[in-house]
Amino acid sequence: MAHPVEAALEAPHGTWRRLPLLARFMDFSARQPLAALGVLLLIAMVLVALCAPWLGTVDPQAIAPARRLRPPSASHWFGTDMYGRDVYSRSLYGARISLVVGGAVAFLSMLVGSVIGLAAGYSRAVDAVVTRIMDALMAIPDILLAICLMALTRADIQNVILAITITQIPRVVRLVRSVTLSLRGQLFVEAAVTSGAPFVRVLARHILPNAMAPLLVQGTYICASAMITEAILSFIGAGTPPEIPSWGNMMAEGRSLFQAAYHIILFPGLLLSSAVLAVNLVGDGLRDTLDPRLSRRL
Amino acid sequence: MKIFPGFFNGRLTALALLLATASSAHSAGTTLKFVPEGDLRSLDPIWTTSGVTRNYAYMVYDQLFALDDQFRPQPQMVDQWTVSPDKLHYVFTLRDGLKWHDGKPVRSADCVASIERWMKRDILGQSLAEAISEMKAVDDKTFRIDLTSPFPLMLDAFAKLAAGALFIMPEHVAKTDPNTQVMESIGSGPFRFVKSEWVPGSKAVFEKNPDYVPRNEPVNWGAGGKVAKVDRVEWIYIPDMQTATNALRSGSVDWVAKVPQDLVPQLEQAKDVNIRVIDPFGSWVLMRFNHEQPPFNDEKLRQAVLWGINQSDYMTAIAGEDPKYWQACYSYYTCKTPLSTTAGAEALMGPRDLDKARALIKESSYKGEKIVIMSATDMTLSNASALVTADLFRKLGLNVDLQSMDWGTMQQRRASHAAPSDGGWNVFFTYFSAADMLNPALNIPLSSNGAKSWVGWPVNPKLEAMKNQWLVAEPAAQQALAADIQVEAFKSVPYVPLGQFMIPTAYRSNLHGVIEAPEVFMWAVEKR
Amino acid sequence: MASYILRRLAGSLPVMGMLALLVFSLLYLAPGDPALIIGGDLATPKDIAAIRENLGLNEPFLSRFGLWVSGVVQGDLGRSIFTGLPVSDLILQRLEPTLALLVMTTIVALVLAIPAGVIAAYRPGGWIDRLLMVLSVLGFSLPSFVLAYLLLLGFSVKNEWLPVYGYVSIREGVIPFLRHICLPSLALGLIYASLIARITRASMLEVLGQDYIRTARAKGVSTLRLLWSHALRNASVPIVTVVGTGLGLLISGAVVTETVFAIPGIGRLTVDAVLRRDYPIIQGVTLMFSAAYVLINLLIDISYTVIDPRIRY
Repeated sequence: MAHPVEAALEAPHGTWRRLPLLARFMDFSARQPLAALGVLLLIAMVLVALCAPWLGTVDPQAIAPARRLRPPSASHWFGTDMYGRDVYSRSLYGARISLVVGGAVAFLSMLVGSVIGLAAGYSRAVDAVVTRIMDALMAIPDILLAICLMALTRADIQNVILAITITQIPRVVRLVRSVTLSLRGQLFVEAAVTSGAPFVRVLARHILPNAMAPLLVQGTYICASAMITEAILSFIGAGTPPEIPSWGNMMAEGRSLFQAAYHIILFPGLLLSSAVLAVNLVGDGLRDTLDPRLSRRL
Repeated sequence: MKIFPGFFNGRLTALALLLATASSAHSAGTTLKFVPEGDLRSLDPIWTTSGVTRNYAYMVYDQLFALDDQFRPQPQMVDQWTVSPDKLHYVFTLRDGLKWHDGKPVRSADCVASIERWMKRDILGQSLAEAISEMKAVDDKTFRIDLTSPFPLMLDAFAKLAAGALFIMPEHVAKTDPNTQVMESIGSGPFRFVKSEWVPGSKAVFEKNPDYVPRNEPVNWGAGGKVAKVDRVEWIYIPDMQTATNALRSGSVDWVAKVPQDLVPQLEQAKDVNIRVIDPFGSWVLMRFNHEQPPFNDEKLRQAVLWGINQSDYMTAIAGEDPKYWQACYSYYTCKTPLSTTAGAEALMGPRDLDKARALIKESSYKGEKIVIMSATDMTLSNASALVTADLFRKLGLNVDLQSMDWGTMQQRRASHAAPSDGGWNVFFTYFSAADMLNPALNIPLSSNGAKSWVGWPVNPKLEAMKNQWLVAEPAAQQALAADIQVEAFKSVPYVPLGQFMIPTAYRSNLHGVIEAPEVFMWAVEKR
Repeated sequence: MASYILRRLAGSLPVMGMLALLVFSLLYLAPGDPALIIGGDLATPKDIAAIRENLGLNEPFLSRFGLWVSGVVQGDLGRSIFTGLPVSDLILQRLEPTLALLVMTTIVALVLAIPAGVIAAYRPGGWIDRLLMVLSVLGFSLPSFVLAYLLLLGFSVKNEWLPVYGYVSIREGVIPFLRHICLPSLALGLIYASLIARITRASMLEVLGQDYIRTARAKGVSTLRLLWSHALRNASVPIVTVVGTGLGLLISGAVVTETVFAIPGIGRLTVDAVLRRDYPIIQGVTLMFSAAYVLINLLIDISYTVIDPRIRY
């Protein structure tokens, strides 16, 4: 019997779409094993984050000073921290923070960055102002900029998301702007403009779809970068408020006791690395699929 | 064989000299490497109550009087003093040989200026200032103080050990406005600060002051002869305690001021390290209410909370499980000292009764307002206490808003009289050296004079009246009076005592002479 | 050539200006009152007003900005709120450890990444290539401080081969210096290396596919010479670019690494300043690093002409 995928490929157009999802995924993972791994890992993370309350966890904020610093055991799979809190529960709930921050930053920066980038690519006046500001912002190393912004406000998740988004917007702007600029000169855009289409429609219908592919790839990298940045900010004490169990916070708290009780740092660290790895792998896969030219250029 | 008489004379002298220089050459260039409890940020012990700055001050400055290990004030810079029979006139004469680090002699005008500056910042000093009618230098070595009413604690005030200690600075430095930090380092103490080698946040360097003339008596805490026995002291600030512990084990530092209890097991295994609790009284942790803002402006709510406070929870979270390093203390005075008592402490002692606490909360005026708990995340004590408290308050059905910030911001914010939702606060945590809580006069947070008191601004005129009585009472009556004051304090609850903890210090076994005292003293310490 | 440099320098001025504006706005926008912090718990409102006057906090935005800029140009970055010491002094004191860390990290990264990337490109699909790809994604996903702790666990805690903390200046001995800088530069360098390795491989792949390489091969040029003077030379523009832009990553990473390893550098200065909201320090450090970043990338741009003579300005 022929391989179902091959059979489908030889069949009339449209059949591939009607293949069961699993078969499509198997085919995809045969061709891109790493990316498939990334997708699986990411899905697992999201599930863990969503279902945290039902995965054998206790209240992540419940302190029990009498049971502090216990090593991993049957009752506490990842041990307890210096206030007696269950590290396993906190790690699972921590996934929520990282994924939310990563996703929100990616979404917001893509949204705002695209708008600004489109405007900059389209209008010279906007471009002049915007490029200067973006260049200056990009000259400041990410963490330093995030630190500066966090120093201005009180620590909570919204501000962290906002601060990290601001550091990532310039990259999106640069990308979208260059795509817009290059496409603006294209014939089909000129045709649309001369035929009287409002420029918003031109942007949305013609330019944006072409920018979509590299934008999405950029988005996944931004997500990964945001997760790491949030963790670093929390680690040095300028990020999410400490009572919220985020991976960065947990590692910050475990710092002073690293040698005495490294399980406090180890588990959140591994989970963070896995989450970032998953997103990076998905990004690589997206890049290879959507725009093979990019993979050579990197 | 007959030895020519003169044969050995010259040679013996030479040999003796050689041995002498050899041993001093052995100690010449001894460097003591110390890890302080925090970073040295300010050089002004009058402006800040930071413990590290105080450690620095003990190195480079000298005191008029100093407490000995019985908490009695002993003369240090003062040679002798006279008191008039009506206790209103004091005349002090300074010792000989006191010199500033720039070579100039210490004059009484320096002392007068220093005392004036100190009196503006310290609460006990402010009380003293109110009693002084005139203070002036009589000549270069003598000054007099005239009082309007007797102030029996004056020498104790001068000899204050911890927060608010008096250090004598040169007149031109002491004339600095008390709200501006002194940046210079010209002292008359047993060590000199090597400012050129100071790297804030990392390293502070001191060297022995060769011009310092110690007293003749044996050293006893800050009193007696303060002989510097090492030539150079380097303070290496290592914020990560684990790193500091490793450095101690490997010998790259000699002494770590405070070792968290969790790291003690690692040091216990090390061969060349001594772990001692040299500060037998340790520190007090306290929960401070904002008495001006609801809901804790209601006495009933403050009393209600007492029934839920479990001191061992706080102490374990802060100082670990080993009871060697903490003790519950249900008193407003340091336990194991003369005035300590459990009078009036029923709500805090005994088995915890959360139901009673909840019932009392219902009787109070609490209507579900948000309670802003401030937590300083860079200080374990504050963070741990805040978490334990937030947990307790939630169990009691109170509406908690736990806000995290750094210690500096918290210090700034706690001075705000604004409403909690406007940048104010309801609860914060801090610690005081137990040596500061011995009696009603020294106990700063006990003071209940409203806006004139320490942040939190508790109000209890009856308690203040009893305190004034205590100040001038006969020693025999003081014990009973202090107990009464405590009963009154448990009614208005200016703060909640959360326990006493002692953080061990650790040093390598080649250090000798480390003094067991509530403050870090580096004289008499030798490194062999 | 000289005119190109001048033009580029002049072109970077607006960026620097905008940078200065952004960084200065930080202090201006900052909440809280530095006068309150300086005055302390017991200061009266009159004292605080006096301090504000003293610090010039009541002036309008533009005049304060102008004052600040003129100060910066003369090397005065203001004074730390907490210690009162000049920010420029504080930065200079701590410059050496951070510079040492950054330099050693770059060396480690280049030494590891470039040969790896070259070999991977030379034998695409081979085991080194596969390994490199996996490792580089891994390296890029592992936050530097997680990696730092893993290295510490392996090399210092369990086995005590390398010191756990601190920094020893090279002036005090080469061996102690290397021993102390080893783990920190590895922790940072491996991540930098994964970035550089990927670019090296990609760039080399493109170059190796070119005709002139095959020609050189046919002419009998040895593999080593081929890779070095023919291929790498031509592939180096993207690599050098990434080294430059990756510097921003390095600087960010240095902040964390210095915290983990207790290195008394500028990174730690910044972290301490952030927690205390010591804005002048935050401003000064940010400005300095950003300016350095701009200048270094400018230098890299200029160096293209040296590396690749085809690029003419």
